[in-house]
Amino acid sequence: MAETPHRRRAHAGARDLERYAGLFAARTGVMRSSAMRDLMAITARPEVISLAGGLPDTSTFPAAAFAAQMTRIAQESAAEALQYGPTEGFAETVDCILQVMGAEGMLPDPDDVIVTTGGQQAIDLVCKTLVDPGDVVVCEAPTYPGAVPVFCSYQAETIQIDCDGEGMRVEQLEEVLTSLDREGRRPKFVYSVPSFQNPSGVTLSLPRRQRLVELARRRELLLVEDNPYGLLRFGGEPLPTLYQLDGGDFVIYVGTFSKILSPGIRLGWAVAPPPVMEKIVLGKQAADLCTSTLTQHFVREYFAEGRWRQYVDSLAEIYKGRRDTMVAALREHFPAQATWTEPEGGLFIWATLPEYIDTGDLLAKALREDVAFVPGQAAYVDESRGRNSMRLNFSGVSEEEIREGVRRIGKAIAEQVELYGALTGEQPAVPEPAPGEQGSESDADVLPFRKSGEEAG
Amino acid sequence: MKVAVLKGGRSLERGVSLRSGARVEDALERLGHEVLPIDAGGDLVKRLAAERPDAAFVAMHGLGGEDGTVQELLELLGIPFTGPGIAACARCMDKVWAKHELRSAGVPTPDWFAFNETAFRELGAADALGELEERLGFPLVVKPSRGGSALGVKFAAGWFEVPEALVSAFSYDDRVLLERFVEGRELAAGVLGSEPLPVVEAVPAGGDRYDFEARYEIGRTDFVCPAELSEEETASVTRVALEAYEALGCSGFSRVDLILAADGPQVLEVNAIPGLTDTSLLPQAAEAAGMSFEELVGRILDLALKPAAA
Repeated sequence: MAETPHRRRAHAGARDLERYAGLFAARTGVMRSSAMRDLMAITARPEVISLAGGLPDTSTFPAAAFAAQMTRIAQESAAEALQYGPTEGFAETVDCILQVMGAEGMLPDPDDVIVTTGGQQAIDLVCKTLVDPGDVVVCEAPTYPGAVPVFCSYQAETIQIDCDGEGMRVEQLEEVLTSLDREGRRPKFVYSVPSFQNPSGVTLSLPRRQRLVELARRRELLLVEDNPYGLLRFGGEPLPTLYQLDGGDFVIYVGTFSKILSPGIRLGWAVAPPPVMEKIVLGKQAADLCTSTLTQHFVREYFAEGRWRQYVDSLAEIYKGRRDTMVAALREHFPAQATWTEPEGGLFIWATLPEYIDTGDLLAKALREDVAFVPGQAAYVDESRGRNSMRLNFSGVSEEEIREGVRRIGKAIAEQVELYGALTGEQPAVPEPAPGEQGSESDADVLPFRKSGEEAG
Repeated sequence: MKVAVLKGGRSLERGVSLRSGARVEDALERLGHEVLPIDAGGDLVKRLAAERPDAAFVAMHGLGGEDGTVQELLELLGIPFTGPGIAACARCMDKVWAKHELRSAGVPTPDWFAFNETAFRELGAADALGELEERLGFPLVVKPSRGGSALGVKFAAGWFEVPEALVSAFSYDDRVLLERFVEGRELAAGVLGSEPLPVVEAVPAGGDRYDFEARYEIGRTDFVCPAELSEEETASVTRVALEAYEALGCSGFSRVDLILAADGPQVLEVNAIPGLTDTSLLPQAAEAAGMSFEELVGRILDLALKPAAA
């Protein structure tokens, strides 16, 4: 691999990082990831089939259309596209956002919308606006792995609420809120990815959505609804968003163009009640003044062509095929004791293995076979949890790679199951039913996250 | 002088190695050398043959770079390289082999038993595990024989935890060892040439003793260097470290990890090519001896070029 010599630091003082340790803010002490980051560094090798990414497939975006849109920007609005823009984002970008939200039945006031540098910045700004060190933040268990470092860096005390096949267990949330009440505390917000959640793929059911929104109203509690995948539905009936159910009084909504257009353009948004939005705008100003004007122009051009929804639907169609392939491969290659979710949309499947398998160690073994996934612990604040689960991505890889990748992981698991059997005398996995047989298919609707007997949060 | 810095590779410690390598490259450049950074991959031999460096600085950790493989290639190409030779690397990388060598040389190391995966799969070794309780006691430490850092290392407090720990350890290697747990202070003794460096003590800031994350993250482990040891303790730790270094045939530099127990030091392992990152122990030890990182890198390079002068 070619190296770029100019990349290296030249200043002498950088050599001993520990000399700077005394200068670091306390929050850097709780920023995480190292071992996992090192393992993940290996997943980037070209020969590795990576089911670890969170990537949408951008390969089907028509290059000719992209060229035409960018050319039009260069010809017609080069000066503006290369200039700073308003902190809240261009009104034209907000129009596009209203179209996207409208497609899911939401009609926010355009003044409540801010364009952000990806949905990730929206999460960061919400924390920046609301969270002091030691404040309580509530999220799902497992939760979006990218949210964990944000909560940590604002030194939030993060409480995770278990999920099952219907999403976050709202009754458990109520218990937690009640016990916090007794300590005179309340969470700054409850963070949820209600549709096709990252990492689990599960969707919060309608009754739970209603109950959650009602709970928020009753307790005057803020919900942060992160909805990157809502339009990528390829099965089941669309559900109203929390924002739609609530009308926007107690919901801060986070959206993104990453999964419906491109993550490379770094365009997301937040919708919040006016007093909260005012602070978010100030925070955004301090962070980066404005979101890329160039990519905002691109989105404007792209939406003007009126085919955005068609493109999203074409992605959903592709992902549906890949999900089917992955589910079929899991049935064929994973042991009988494994369970997994069968999402009706989005990018991810969450698989849970027998408790004696640590998916971090399994990843090391799988990497020897050139295949990667995300170990479950990345989705928990308490790293001792999620140890026997894994996140598998099906959107960013071909069906052929999915089949081969799952086969290799399955082989590594089978070896561990067999070894454990030899060590304990426990019966190894019962043979899988032949393809086409019913057997484990009946598990599909149940999707337990944890086996009975495991601690319940 | 043209110095190739070998780093990265395919081992699980690739990330650490890239950090070690980058830091070594900085230092070599400041020392006025022409640096040729190489992320060891399929074109390694071709690049070395084409570029003909005067020496190779091996900043690789784990399988491939620290086990004699890369060293064998460098030997074949006639390129002088830093750190221990082929045989020493092979011995250090394989903890079971290393412990046998240490024991024959009379160097104290905790009692252990080692098993291949086939022993469990085909020979019913699980039935022999009962014997271990008497021989090793609990808790015991389960480790992959060849593995760097603390990846795959687990404690077993009792029998019920042994199968799970074995499954973890076998994820990294097809041979594992079950080692007696020795209570004591965790020390690292670097050796440069044939000279001991000041001893470093690792004090976990919280959590498990063998925590991979803590080893590489600032603030997760407190390092005390030189370790607060009595004169006799320092002498015995240093002596045992040098004995271990010699017993395994190390040269250039290496790091000996020990536990200082109530009845003296016990060697856990010898790292043939210890980490050279910002948070690594050997550079800290060198610094405590008044040696900057550049000086350390310069000395290691000198030792590769004229080993006799060590």
